Amino acid sequence: MTASLTLVILMAVLYGVGVYVMLERSLTRLLIGFLLVGNATNILIFLMSGEPGKPPLVGDDLSADGMADPLPQAFILTAIVINFGVTAFILALIYRSWWLARLGDQGDVLPDEHAGETEEQTEAVFRSVDDDDAAIQRALDESDEHADDDNDNSRAAAAASEKKRAKAAGRGQGTDTTGDEK
Amino acid sequence: MIVFLTVFFVASLLIPALGKRWGTRVFPVIALVPAAAFVYTLTLGPSVLAGGAVVEELPWIPMLDLSLLFRMDALAWVLSLVVTGVGALVLLYCRRYFTDTEPGLGRFAATLFAFAGTMFGLVTADDIMMMFIFWEITSVLSYLLIGHYTGRRESRGAALQALLVTTLGGLVMLIGVVMISVQAGSSSLSVILDSGLSGPATTAAVLLMLVGALSKSALVPFHFWLPAAMAAPTPVSAYLHAAAMVKAGIYLVARLAPEFSDVPGWHAVLVGFGAWTMLLGAWRSLRQYDLKLVLAYGTVSQLGFLTIVMSYGTPESAQAGLALLLAHALYKATLFLVVGIIDHDTGTRDWRQLSGLGKRAPVLATISAIAVASMAGLPPTLGFVAKESVFASLIEGAAAGDPAGWVALVGVTLGSVLTVAYSVRFFWGAFATRKRHVRCEVHHGPQSILLAPGVLAVLTLVLGFAAPVVDHMVTPYAETIGQTHEHLALWHGFTPALGLSALVIAVGLLLFRWRAGVARAQDRVPDTFDAARGYWKIITGIDRFAAKVTIFAQRGGLPQYVGTILSVFVLSVGAAACLGRVWPDSFRAWDYPVQPVIAIIMIVAALGAARARRRMAAVLLVGVTGFGLVALFAFHGAPDLALTQALVETITLVVFILVMRRLPARMYAEREPGKKVRRAIIASSVAVVTGAVGLIALGARQHAPITAEMPRLAYEGGHGRNIVNVMLVDIRAWDTMGEIAVLVVVATGIASLLFVRTRNVDLKRVPGARRSRLDRRAVPPDPHVSDAANRGPRQAWLIGGRTLTVSNRSLLIEVVVRLLFHPAIVVSIYLLFAGHNEPGGGFAGGLLAGLALVFRYLAAGKYELAEAVPIGPGKVLGTGLILAVGTAAGALVFGGEALQSAYFSTELPVLGYVSFGTSTIFDVGVYLVVVGLILDILRSLGAQIDTDQDNNDVGSSDEFTGSTKGAAR
Repeated sequence: MTASLTLVILMAVLYGVGVYVMLERSLTRLLIGFLLVGNATNILIFLMSGEPGKPPLVGDDLSADGMADPLPQAFILTAIVINFGVTAFILALIYRSWWLARLGDQGDVLPDEHAGETEEQTEAVFRSVDDDDAAIQRALDESDEHADDDNDNSRAAAAASEKKRAKAAGRGQGTDTTGDEK
Repeated sequence: MIVFLTVFFVASLLIPALGKRWGTRVFPVIALVPAAAFVYTLTLGPSVLAGGAVVEELPWIPMLDLSLLFRMDALAWVLSLVVTGVGALVLLYCRRYFTDTEPGLGRFAATLFAFAGTMFGLVTADDIMMMFIFWEITSVLSYLLIGHYTGRRESRGAALQALLVTTLGGLVMLIGVVMISVQAGSSSLSVILDSGLSGPATTAAVLLMLVGALSKSALVPFHFWLPAAMAAPTPVSAYLHAAAMVKAGIYLVARLAPEFSDVPGWHAVLVGFGAWTMLLGAWRSLRQYDLKLVLAYGTVSQLGFLTIVMSYGTPESAQAGLALLLAHALYKATLFLVVGIIDHDTGTRDWRQLSGLGKRAPVLATISAIAVASMAGLPPTLGFVAKESVFASLIEGAAAGDPAGWVALVGVTLGSVLTVAYSVRFFWGAFATRKRHVRCEVHHGPQSILLAPGVLAVLTLVLGFAAPVVDHMVTPYAETIGQTHEHLALWHGFTPALGLSALVIAVGLLLFRWRAGVARAQDRVPDTFDAARGYWKIITGIDRFAAKVTIFAQRGGLPQYVGTILSVFVLSVGAAACLGRVWPDSFRAWDYPVQPVIAIIMIVAALGAARARRRMAAVLLVGVTGFGLVALFAFHGAPDLALTQALVETITLVVFILVMRRLPARMYAEREPGKKVRRAIIASSVAVVTGAVGLIALGARQHAPITAEMPRLAYEGGHGRNIVNVMLVDIRAWDTMGEIAVLVVVATGIASLLFVRTRNVDLKRVPGARRSRLDRRAVPPDPHVSDAANRGPRQAWLIGGRTLTVSNRSLLIEVVVRLLFHPAIVVSIYLLFAGHNEPGGGFAGGLLAGLALVFRYLAAGKYELAEAVPIGPGKVLGTGLILAVGTAAGALVFGGEALQSAYFSTELPVLGYVSFGTSTIFDVGVYLVVVGLILDILRSLGAQIDTDQDNNDVGSSDEFTGSTKGAAR
């Protein structure tokens, strides 16, 4: 199949410009890039229909001679409408983020994620899970005694158990002991 | 079987509601289902034990060769009895264990009930994939059950731990399951076991499956989750962690043992880890203060024991193992239930706080004594019978010089000694009277709570005497391995096994006698290997590593991600383009002379849009490229595309302006030169790669296109002359169906972004307008406008126009819109129906109708929009979707394919030949969805932003509440 260089060049330029604009931090620029890339993609599908022809309306002879290829057209028609829907959705997103983030005159530029994140913040995220695990460990340790003290009034055993209890309490420190019955 | 599973499934959905109404009384009622399943299983007994198997099959996904295949053979039969019988009793026990005020009671009842059903499915499933699905469901349900006390930290942590460990094992097992079913060419367990597989691949598959069994049955190194799971309510521990779920791993071993026990590594893994687990669990059980943890570690130990025996692989060991499984289920469930009662009556499970309970609760003590005797292997209980035959079978194996037999025998003997010790210690701890302690308070609950443990204890005792019955139950499974020449019995005469039993009991009692010395010895053995802490370290490490990766990879926000995606695109597609090239046969500069002119205009507009710093300018310039496309489509012979693109481009511009009016006029500009260069590099490489892709794709089109067939297909098959439209509503209707679904989602997304609280907001209408609809001359007085000029009855072109302030109003526009609106709607409907034969169709028609609404709104504001379409967009979208789906489903009702169209044609007096098809109804659906989308956009991005702006202008301090207030109105 032969190719129309004009359309190929047009498509490549729209892609390039679209991507260039899309990579900016302003959401409106992102949307403009998205529209350009969308148009470029429609041209890419459009290219595949080859040479121009008559509109794809069936005559009485049921022949396809000289008719433009209808298949890419059906694809593009779908793409156009979806593009429109997504554009409107991104616009709603832009408005919402501008509104919620109270960016005011700054417009629709969002700051970098995770930029100022520190080790402590990461730890804070996992604290709850760690505390849960620590609570199990504590429950198991409490039942797990080294000296088996029973009614034999053995002082050694009682002392050992006391020591052990103190140790267990020490282990419990530093974790959230109030969280048990939240 | 399938009937019962269905009942289990349906009932578990209803139980939460019942639990709310009936409280704990729901438990005896739902216990009837597993009880019925138990009775049903019993009735199958004669045929199953005679060597037959009951098979039920229901095709599920024939394409994947997946069917609901259930098979009750001897092994499944015994396990079914255990899971349904113990399940029914535990549910009954819950009646008294919980009170009506227990939070989440309905959920708990449903989960425990569903668990019983799942276990029943697990042991009867013959399709290995089905078995795996049930296997995973038990993991999830156990997560919910262990985490029942959602407020307790240890409960949540234990639930997560159990889930992570068992699903890790499950995933590894899935690999094995897939491997083995591929090797056997079937996913039926019975076929797999009969196909005589061997070789390295089979070994790998079997060992992978064993990892699943080890994790599920809490064997070393996965054993730690089981003691932690004691954070669950006691009925859960009794059922999941003694009788049912942990037995799933044992079941899998038992299922595979007849065929695969000679696989290399089988004995090393199962006997080795089994012995280690048995000793470790028993050792730790000896040092617990918490009675429930004594049982938990004891369970770990016994699971190791069961694994050793089940995996050993001789007919006698299989016989003994199955009997042991039965005995364990009976006594361990009893003991857990007893601990639950002690906990209830005294308020503690720590035996140091208990004293004299044996005298105060003699029935409970008797029940426990029987169960403990069975656990320790004392005659005449079932536990003794089972352990005796275990010893006999292992002595035989060891005598034959099998090293695995020696490991098993020594491990089992030592483990049994410890078992006797901790069993006695448990009973002594729970019921003995000790001098030092004050007698604890006992509050007896209703005695009916003793029913479940009582039945189990009686069975333990009765089945001990009725050993031949048990023998009859377990031997058919053993004989799938080979002929057995032993029988289960209380008395075999003076055998080596009896001597070993006596020795074990004697040494065990001595260990208990010298418990102080044992405790000191235990103190001296350091904790060399603590799997729980190892798990903790691993999980913590993974969490931190994941956080580091996220912080590293997701720095820089959206441009960074998009840049990464595009770089991957350039590298991968670019590499492919370099390798496989088919260039087009020839090139031409342009198709027609105007084409380069349009292209140049579009390129200039695109470059301008990239340079523009004012929002409006950029948007308008992008619009120019869009209208350029309209021209290209029109010249090419694509009238539908040109029409749709022109309408879409217009509406897009309007929507842009609706939003942009609130944002600052100038856009933020990236000034950092490094970033600019990086963007330029990515952008130009994307341009080059896509250009190459376009050319290569053209070159690849070397066969005759399908176009030649299209006219005939469209006219004869689709009864339409416009091929593009026929393709959308008939030939490729599924595509369109997907597309309108996307549009509905998008519309809902837009609405929910703007209206925070609710989807269908009623817009405010002009007061009194509804009454005066027929007489537009009598426009009601408008409370919003106080201008004297606006008072008094007079004609209005647009009824909502009066709600605007004078400065915002244009009479000229109102007049034009008033005159054009109705013709536009008529044309849109014409486009909709003519689209089948002429350019047009649902999309174009819907867009035109939407455009008409856009102008109504622009001319006279949000009140006018409410007057133009008084119903919500959700209803419009819904109707459209229903029409489209209805045509798809309607064809199925009449026996056609989904979306197949039917036609009705006739000669009408005026209109002549008319052909009306179901595809037209589909197109009406498309039309409505497009109108609904635009309506949603106007109400959200138009009317709601107006409201936001109004609230902001009157000085609302909190914009967010302002918006939600607006939405609530």
